[in-house]
Amino acid sequence: MFPEIPMLSYDVVVVGGGPAGMAAAIRAKELGLKVLLLDENDYLGGILPQCIHPGFGLHYYREELTGPEFASRLAKRLVELGVEYRTAARVLEIKNYSDLEKVVIFTSPSGAYQVWAKAVIYAAGARERHAFEIGIVGDRVSGIYTAGEAQTLMDLYGIMPGKEIVIVGSGDVGLIMARRFALEGAKVKAVVELMPYPGGLARNVMILKDFNIPLYLSHKVVEVRGKGRVERVKVVRVDENLNEIPGSEFWIEADTLIISAGLVPSVKKLKKIGVEIDPATGGPVVNDRLETSVPGIFVAGNSLLINDLVDYVAEQGELAAEGAKEFIENGGIESRKWVKVEKGENVRLIAPHYLSGDRDVYLYLRVSKPMEDVELRIPEIGKRMKLPVVKPAEMLRIKLKAEEIRKAERLTVEVVKA
Amino acid sequence: MKTKVAIIGAGISGASIARVLSRYENLEVHLIEKAPDVGWGVSKANTALIHGGYDDDPEKYPTRAKLCIRGNKLWHQWVKELEIPHVWNGALIVATKDEDFDELERLLERGRKNGVPEMRIVDRDELFHLEPNLTREAIGALWVPIVGQIGPIPAVIAITENAVANGVKTHLETEVTGIKVENGEVKGVETKDGFIEADIIINAAGLYADKIARMAGIDYFEIHPRKGEYWIFDDDVPGPKRVLFPTPTPISKGIVVTTEISGHLMIGPNAQDLPPEEKENLATTKEGLEQVWEGAKKLWPQLPPRSKVIRTFAGLRPEPTGGDFIIKAEEEVWGFISVAGIRSPGLTSAPAIAYEVAEIIKRDLGIELKEKEKWNPYRKEISHFFTMTPEQVNEAIKKNPAYGKIVCRCNNVSEGDILEAIERMKFIGVKTPSVDSVKFRTKATTGTCQGSFCRPKIVQLLAREYGVEPWKVTLKGKGSEIGIGDVKVLLRGDA
Repeated sequence: MFPEIPMLSYDVVVVGGGPAGMAAAIRAKELGLKVLLLDENDYLGGILPQCIHPGFGLHYYREELTGPEFASRLAKRLVELGVEYRTAARVLEIKNYSDLEKVVIFTSPSGAYQVWAKAVIYAAGARERHAFEIGIVGDRVSGIYTAGEAQTLMDLYGIMPGKEIVIVGSGDVGLIMARRFALEGAKVKAVVELMPYPGGLARNVMILKDFNIPLYLSHKVVEVRGKGRVERVKVVRVDENLNEIPGSEFWIEADTLIISAGLVPSVKKLKKIGVEIDPATGGPVVNDRLETSVPGIFVAGNSLLINDLVDYVAEQGELAAEGAKEFIENGGIESRKWVKVEKGENVRLIAPHYLSGDRDVYLYLRVSKPMEDVELRIPEIGKRMKLPVVKPAEMLRIKLKAEEIRKAERLTVEVVKA
Repeated sequence: MKTKVAIIGAGISGASIARVLSRYENLEVHLIEKAPDVGWGVSKANTALIHGGYDDDPEKYPTRAKLCIRGNKLWHQWVKELEIPHVWNGALIVATKDEDFDELERLLERGRKNGVPEMRIVDRDELFHLEPNLTREAIGALWVPIVGQIGPIPAVIAITENAVANGVKTHLETEVTGIKVENGEVKGVETKDGFIEADIIINAAGLYADKIARMAGIDYFEIHPRKGEYWIFDDDVPGPKRVLFPTPTPISKGIVVTTEISGHLMIGPNAQDLPPEEKENLATTKEGLEQVWEGAKKLWPQLPPRSKVIRTFAGLRPEPTGGDFIIKAEEEVWGFISVAGIRSPGLTSAPAIAYEVAEIIKRDLGIELKEKEKWNPYRKEISHFFTMTPEQVNEAIKKNPAYGKIVCRCNNVSEGDILEAIERMKFIGVKTPSVDSVKFRTKATTGTCQGSFCRPKIVQLLAREYGVEPWKVTLKGKGSEIGIGDVKVLLRGDA
C-alpha cells in the first residue's frame, strides 16, 4: 500500500475499455454496482476504432456495423448510464489482499491512484505475435509490422506503411489487412499461410479472389533482407508436419512484411497474482461466471480466449459483470460441485472450464483441424449436434442447459465424424 | 591556442576518449560519427559484459590483458558518476568434465597474474548453491565476483552526454571521406559535410578502423568482422543470477547464459568469421541461432519454448590482424592515433583505453594537458517511470502530466520519459528522429510485444517534437522511414 497516493473505493474495477470491458461496466452499473472502468488509450473502444471495416454486431445488435460504430454504441450507453471511467489510465498492478479486498494501482496524467475494490473484471485484450516469435531471421529493418500496428498506422494516424506487401497469416486480421492495403493502391504480393487451409472466415477468404491476391498455403516466411527497409522476403514450403522442404525456397520482393500470426491473451498481471492459466487458450481457467482461480478476479474478452466475433466478447463482459455482482452480494461465488469440461477429440481449446449446473451456459471452443459433416458430442450426457463444417478459424459457441450440465460429473466435448 | 582533436567514431571507445579528453582546457574535441546517433556500431550489439580480466593472455595480448582489468575497475566508478544501468553479479565459468579443471586452473593463474581479485574455484555443492538451475552435469566452476553487466548503448549515450556537457562538439551523420595529411602531420578530416580541422586524429572507427587508417596511409592492419548471434526471452522466463560461461576452448569464450540488466534471459554469442567486406552484415541466420541454442542448452537445460522468444539479433566484433588491441600514436603520421581492433573485451576496456589515449597524447605527441578548473564528472540518468514509486510518479506529474501517461505498456515507459529522451537526443546533436534513439534511452519497444502497441505513438511524439511528417520518422536513420506518405499517397500517384 502507498499511503501517499490518493485512494478511491469501488465495488468493481474493470480493467480495459474495449468491447468486453465496456459491456462489463455497463452491465455492472445496470446491476447497481459502483463501478470504475480504466483504459490506457485516450479513447474508449480498445482495438475497435481502428477496425474501419464492417462485420461487427450481427449477433449483439442484429445489425452489421463497423468497429468504430460498435464501439461508439457501447460508449454512448456507458455515458448515458453515468458509468465512471478514466482514459489514459494504465493499470500498473493488481493486488489481491483477500476475497473482497483487491487494490488496483493505476497511473494517469492526473496522477497515480490506488483503488480498493471487492472484485476486478479483467478485460485487457490480447497482443499480436511478432516476427521474432515465429522464427523469422535476417535483417532488422523498417517495414516489418504486425497487422494491428499497420492498421493503427493507417486507420488511426493516416500513415501508409509501404507499397509492396507480403502478409504472413491468412486469419481474418491478415485478410482484412490485405484488402485494406489493396484498397489504398498497394500491391499485395502474397499472403503466406503455414497451414494447408486458410485461417480466416469464409467471407474474408473471398477477399483474396476479389483482389486477385496470391495465397501460398503450406508455406512460411523464414527470412527478411534489406538495408534500412525490407527489400525481399524468403518463403519456403512446408510438409504435412510443418517442416521446411529443402530446395523449395524462393524470394519475393517487397518493401513491407505484415505479421498476422495470431493473438496471445494479455494476462501477465493476472499471472503475478497466481491466476491459473490454461495453456490451450492462453487465458485463465474460469468457471461459468468467468471467475478465475483467484476468487473475485473475473475475466472477459480476448484476455479470456481469442474470439473471432466482437459479439461474443461483449457477451462475456456482461457475464463477468453478473458474476461480480453475485460475488460481491454473497461474499463469494458459492462453492459447489463444479462440473469439469474436458477437451475430447478434435477440440483444441474450450472455455469455461468449470460449470455449476445452476444456469444455462455458452461453451466457446475451437477445433484442431477442419472437418466436414461432423457431430459435436458430449458422450456423458448423450448430447449430439450436427455440424456441416468445422474450421479452427471459426469459434464454436454451444449452449448447454442447466439440467443437461447437472446430469454428469464431467463433460467431454468432442468433434467427430457423424 | 587549443589543440584540435578529432575522434572518428562515437562508439564506446570514441565516446570514452571524448569524455576523458573533455577534461583538458587546451583541447578542442570533436566527436565524428556517420550514424544518426551514438553507439550504433559495434557497441550496439554485444553481450554487454564487464569482463573480469582473467581471460586474456598477457604474453599474447598484453594490451587486452592490461586494459581489461583496468577498465573493469574504472567502470565501477563511471557507472556511478554517469548513472549508467549496471549490475555486478559475478561470473561462473562452469566445468562439466574433469579435464575442464586444468583450463580453470590456467584461467585462475592468468587472472592472478593480471591482477583480478577474489577469484576462486568452487566445488559442485557451492556451485549449485550459487546457481541451482544449472545443468546437473556441472562439476565445479571458476567464480569471478568482479564481472558485471551494463547497458552498452545507454553507456555510450551517458558518456557522450557528459562529454558534450563538458564542451565536446559532436558531428553526427557525418561520414569521413578522407584524412588530410601534410608533411607527415595530420591536418584534418574530410567529411561529406565539409572539412574539420584537426591537429590530432583518433581513429576509433570500429569495423572501419582499417579503412580510416588507409586514408592516412597506414595499412599494416586489417579488420574483419566476427558475427555473434543472440536470443532474448520474455521477462517472465527465469534466468540465472550470475553470468554463466562454459569452460573456454582455444577458439572461443563460449556461449554465455545470463539475465541481462533489463531482466531478460539472454543467450549467445556464437562466432562466425566474415570476410572484411561484410561489415554491414548484421543478419541473423537460422544456423547461427541454432548453434547458440544448442550451446546454451549445455549450461542451462531448461531453455523456454520458442514462443517465449522476444528478439534475436546479431552483432559484429572487429577482429584485428594479430588479435590484440591496436592503440598507439602512428609514427609515420604525426598526430594520428589508432584505437583499432577493439574486439572483446572492448566494452570493458573502454574507459582504460580512453586514459591510455590521453597518456599517448602527453607522452608520444608531447602535448601538455592542462586540466579544466571546472570539469563536471557527473551526468544524471533520464527519468524512468518503471523505477519510480507511485509517490514519485505523482511528484513527476506535478511538473508534467506526461509522466503519468504510459506509452510502452510492456516496460512501463511514460510519455514524459520519451519527451526527455527526445530532449537528450537533441542535446547531443541527433538530427534524424528515429524510434531506435528513443528505444535505447527509454527501453520502449523492447518488451513482450516488441513495439507493436507503442511504436505508432512514439512516431507521433517524434514527429511533433522534430516538426516532421509522421511517416518521415525513421526506425533507425535515413532509409528506414516508417511509411511512404499519407494513406492516399498511392492512389494520388505521388509516392
